[in-house]
Amino acid sequence: MLGLDRRDLTLFIVVLLLALFAPFLLNPFPADSALAQFNAGYPDLMQRFVIFGIFAIGFNILFGLTGYLSFGHAAFLGVGSYAGVWMMKLLTMNVIPAILISVLFAGLLSLLIGWISLRRSGIYFAILTLAFAQMCYALAYSVLTPITGGETGLQLNLDDPRILGVSQTAEGNIPVPHLFGLEMNQTWDLAMGGWEFTFSAGYYLAAVVMLASFYLAIRLFRSPFGMMLRAVKSNQQRMNYTGLNSRPYTLAAFVISGMYAGLAGGLMVSMDPLAGAERMIWTASGEVVLMTILGGAGTLIGPVLGAGLIKYLENILSKINKGVLEQWFAFMPDGIDSFLVTIVYPFVGKGWHLTLGIIFMLVVIFLPGGLVEGAQRIGRLFRRERKPAAPEDPEHHPKPQPHVGE
Amino acid sequence: MTKSNITRRGVLKTGAVAGAGVALPTIFTSRAHAYTNEPTGSTVTLGFNVPQSGPYADEGADELRAYQLAVEHLNGEGDGGMLNTFSSKALQGNGILGKKVEYVTGDTQTKSDAARASARSMIEKDGAVMITGGSSSGVAVAVQALCQEAGVIFMAGLTHSNDTTGKDRRANGFRHFFNSYMSGAALAPVLASAYGTDRKAYHLTADYNWGYTTEQAIKESTEAIGWETVNAVKTPLGAGDFSSYITPVLQSGADVLVLNHYGGDMVNSLTNAVQFGLREAQANGKDFQIVVPLFSRLMARGAGENIKGIFGSTNWHWSLPDEGSQAFTRSFGTKYGFPPSQAAHTCYVQALLYADAVERAGTFEPCAVVEALEDFEFDGLGNGPTLYRAEDHQCFKDVLVVKGKENPESEFDLLEIVEITPVEQVTYPPDHPQFAGGSLGSCNNGA
Amino acid sequence: MDVIILQILNGLDKGSAYALIALGLTLIFGTLGVVNFAHGALFMLGAFCAVTLNRLLTLSFTTVDETRTDFLGNPAKVETPYVEAWFGPEVGGWMIEWSVPLAILFAIPIMAIIGLVMERGLIKHFYKRPHADQILVTFGLAIVLQEIIKFYYGANPIPTPAPDAFKGSFDFGVLLGFDPLTIMYPYWRLVYFLFAMVVIGAVFAFLQFTTFGMVVRAGMADRETVGLLGINIDRRFTIMFAIAAIVAGLAGVMYTPILSPNYHMGMDFLVLSFVVVVVGGMGSLPGAVLSGFLLGILQSFASMPQVIAVLPGINQIIIYLVAIVILLTRPRGLMGRKGVMEE
Repeated sequence: MLGLDRRDLTLFIVVLLLALFAPFLLNPFPADSALAQFNAGYPDLMQRFVIFGIFAIGFNILFGLTGYLSFGHAAFLGVGSYAGVWMMKLLTMNVIPAILISVLFAGLLSLLIGWISLRRSGIYFAILTLAFAQMCYALAYSVLTPITGGETGLQLNLDDPRILGVSQTAEGNIPVPHLFGLEMNQTWDLAMGGWEFTFSAGYYLAAVVMLASFYLAIRLFRSPFGMMLRAVKSNQQRMNYTGLNSRPYTLAAFVISGMYAGLAGGLMVSMDPLAGAERMIWTASGEVVLMTILGGAGTLIGPVLGAGLIKYLENILSKINKGVLEQWFAFMPDGIDSFLVTIVYPFVGKGWHLTLGIIFMLVVIFLPGGLVEGAQRIGRLFRRERKPAAPEDPEHHPKPQPHVGE
Repeated sequence: MTKSNITRRGVLKTGAVAGAGVALPTIFTSRAHAYTNEPTGSTVTLGFNVPQSGPYADEGADELRAYQLAVEHLNGEGDGGMLNTFSSKALQGNGILGKKVEYVTGDTQTKSDAARASARSMIEKDGAVMITGGSSSGVAVAVQALCQEAGVIFMAGLTHSNDTTGKDRRANGFRHFFNSYMSGAALAPVLASAYGTDRKAYHLTADYNWGYTTEQAIKESTEAIGWETVNAVKTPLGAGDFSSYITPVLQSGADVLVLNHYGGDMVNSLTNAVQFGLREAQANGKDFQIVVPLFSRLMARGAGENIKGIFGSTNWHWSLPDEGSQAFTRSFGTKYGFPPSQAAHTCYVQALLYADAVERAGTFEPCAVVEALEDFEFDGLGNGPTLYRAEDHQCFKDVLVVKGKENPESEFDLLEIVEITPVEQVTYPPDHPQFAGGSLGSCNNGA
Repeated sequence: MDVIILQILNGLDKGSAYALIALGLTLIFGTLGVVNFAHGALFMLGAFCAVTLNRLLTLSFTTVDETRTDFLGNPAKVETPYVEAWFGPEVGGWMIEWSVPLAILFAIPIMAIIGLVMERGLIKHFYKRPHADQILVTFGLAIVLQEIIKFYYGANPIPTPAPDAFKGSFDFGVLLGFDPLTIMYPYWRLVYFLFAMVVIGAVFAFLQFTTFGMVVRAGMADRETVGLLGINIDRRFTIMFAIAAIVAGLAGVMYTPILSPNYHMGMDFLVLSFVVVVVGGMGSLPGAVLSGFLLGILQSFASMPQVIAVLPGINQIIIYLVAIVILLTRPRGLMGRKGVMEE
């Protein structure tokens, strides 16, 4: 069905269901309970999950298939965001043109950067992309301030021209991004017993786009084009010897993944119409690399999982402060509770980076294939299959590369 | 998290209590509230959005301390701090409008994207009716715009750029902190009397929005007293080593160096300038001088001895003798063991001002709060008589001109107050060119 | 002319820091084949060795001075460092003042231990893993290390001044026949440059003239053959990792008077030093040093007001621009070897 084999179809349906029921799945705790702190089912974070999922899926098309490690993908996301906001400033608050122009601009920029950077490979390629992205960031932050809003970010104003639409609403406010009248910040609440679930228009738009991109990525992975890209990864030289020029293929992959990043950027500004320059800094590029590897590079679902984990930690962990901890452990006897608070405190709130770093290390050390490998191991445990080693590798793990010392 | 039903969803829940236990959809609503996150329970939630990671993490930590102190005082715990000296007596120490004050915290990371994500989570998930905090202008402007869209009040923390209440002003946003223009207006006369009116200034400016407005403000006000601006060079944020920007200064014929830098950049550029002997140098037959328009005591510590004798401006200093400042310093110092920073002060005051405005308005409704804050005059919060101007939501109050202290008595005693510039001298018309191009729009109550 | 000389001096100084970090990175990469994203953190840890020693030396006991009051109006507490009490104010004061140079001695064993523990405990398991995994795990380690430092030392920069003897500037102009006071250069920066040259020289001499270094170089060229000869190359490589950590640490220690250290200085330097390494050519030690100085000097020139006036923003991007140009014209950087990190 849909041109997918049974295995991929199952995966796609699972992702579809997850996306559809995310507002329930991400709010597993009653709103009043102490554990509600861990609920992630509010619009902003759900939108971030799927948007960064798109970003990571796109990155994986380049990195997972061809092995080319780009350290500058955030630049495409950033340029896409700027283009999207400009579209909203100049033309209309409808998100469709904004998203289209984001993809277009990101595609053009990635064509340019890819065309230059793909002349080199390995770490030289990584540094070239990093250099381009850092240049974009540095200029956007400073001298290009009139176009990019600089440090503050590019935002909408009350006096934007907006040809197909109004500069400001009747109440004198800036209009909200919408999809043919459906405002992106619109939400519906559902209360069931102690539980509360929020359904956000913006989230479902982003989720639909994510599903479409996910579907496209599956088709791409399974296509002859995807096969060609994998051949680049396993041995580009041999491929070249057979008379095949691999450059057009890698460039196509680079541009496609750049357009995915632009799509993510366009969606981001559709949900929240401000584009900050920090979106393009090298750590943001690094973040998508981490998401992909953390989830499982070269797997279909891995990057989405990785994106989800990092965004969850960033948004949930950083909000746990000392007061919250004290309330959690208040039922403990005196002394023990303050001891526990002291133990846990460095890892949450302002220490959330520490937890992030530790998780990176643990995952890479113990789960070389990322979270997907973790899930597979658990799955195998349940099925009690004791097939020794050499699993079928349906997701095409990266093969360990020999290192230079050898 | 055990903040009991205080979110706007609390309403729905009470409606759902009847059917509780049976997990059936009982209510499906959209925009059923008078305004965003109307508190309906016995508590009200405020959102403290401060930098907890990144270069301003220490200032963020100090802001958070101040907020915690403010919450204590609002809830009637502790010694009451500035509540006792505040000219408005609306606050009773029983929370706000009888509702106990609770708070959630978040990390802005000093990035506009992350700050907005954090603020949105406070609004969407935790039901915060007011967002406050921050230690940079980019973040303040970005979060202020978000609060305008979402329909909650934003009380800016430390933000010094003219834009916050200039071209990027918003009806739902308020700033207590002073701004670049005020720094320039306050500094210029002091500089004129200390260094004379025949000076040639060389600016090094951080290459982002705040740097631009500060450079413009200082340039205009020093040129007004007769100084000449020789050159203004932009430096990248976080440049680290500023030597290659410092060395051309002496060759340029300038005799004053103005460092429009903040935070780590200020520490490094000042340290470099002193290392290169600028303070001992002579130019045009005069002693060479350095000026740092915006001083932060927390940051100044990083520059160590290098700040001695250097002029700058600051919003507030713990050594101020007035009652309000003393009361605040006492309760902060007793609780934490060291004096508060200017960031802590402005955040504490902002929390109090918001609570007071709600109390006077009799409702948390943002538009009513805006009305209560506009043209509100008050005293006793450490800066003398102050006006929250309606046209741009900027506080007008005295500005401190300070100097790095020659013989500090303790590690906190780094700045000495040279002059308290009266408010009249730093007041400007709302349509002043440095602030042009913005408009408040109208207040937004949100959903 | 004097302006140009000044900028070259500035560039040499910045270049010294780049070169030292890049040298260590290349040593690790060339010997172990590991891309170490935690190298910036080692630089930062070195700087905090100086801070820590300063703190240790200024550890004080408190006495109450009734004649003075603190900010709350209570009697002031006066802190006297133990070293001043033990060795007398003069010797003690001298030790505190010279804490940065003294920290060199303090940092060498500490950085060596950190390096050994890191290599044996973590990096060892990543020899055969893809470079992406190495990057991820060392990046995670870098975050952990800097967060630990932030937890104990806060986020603001901490002043660590140079000894008084090195304060002030040296008049280069007179030496070169210019007017006095035209080319002033701080003593400590000269010290830093000379120090960097000594360290770089020592590393090269060690590799060039000792048997140990010879074996290491042979191992870098062909690890397997050296191993087949019955030489325990792994142990030597571990020691090289410790040496690289020491080099980064010393670069950090000596840099503290120039740049007040803060917890994220390592990350700030990391990207630049990677660019430096790659521009120099992966695996080439002279390349790393050369490109460190080259990029440092170019960065200084790009910061001149005359240049910025013509090309606004050039100071922000010069390093990346140069990196792109060099990588496009010289495929493996300035002095890179063929086949390294290209798969």
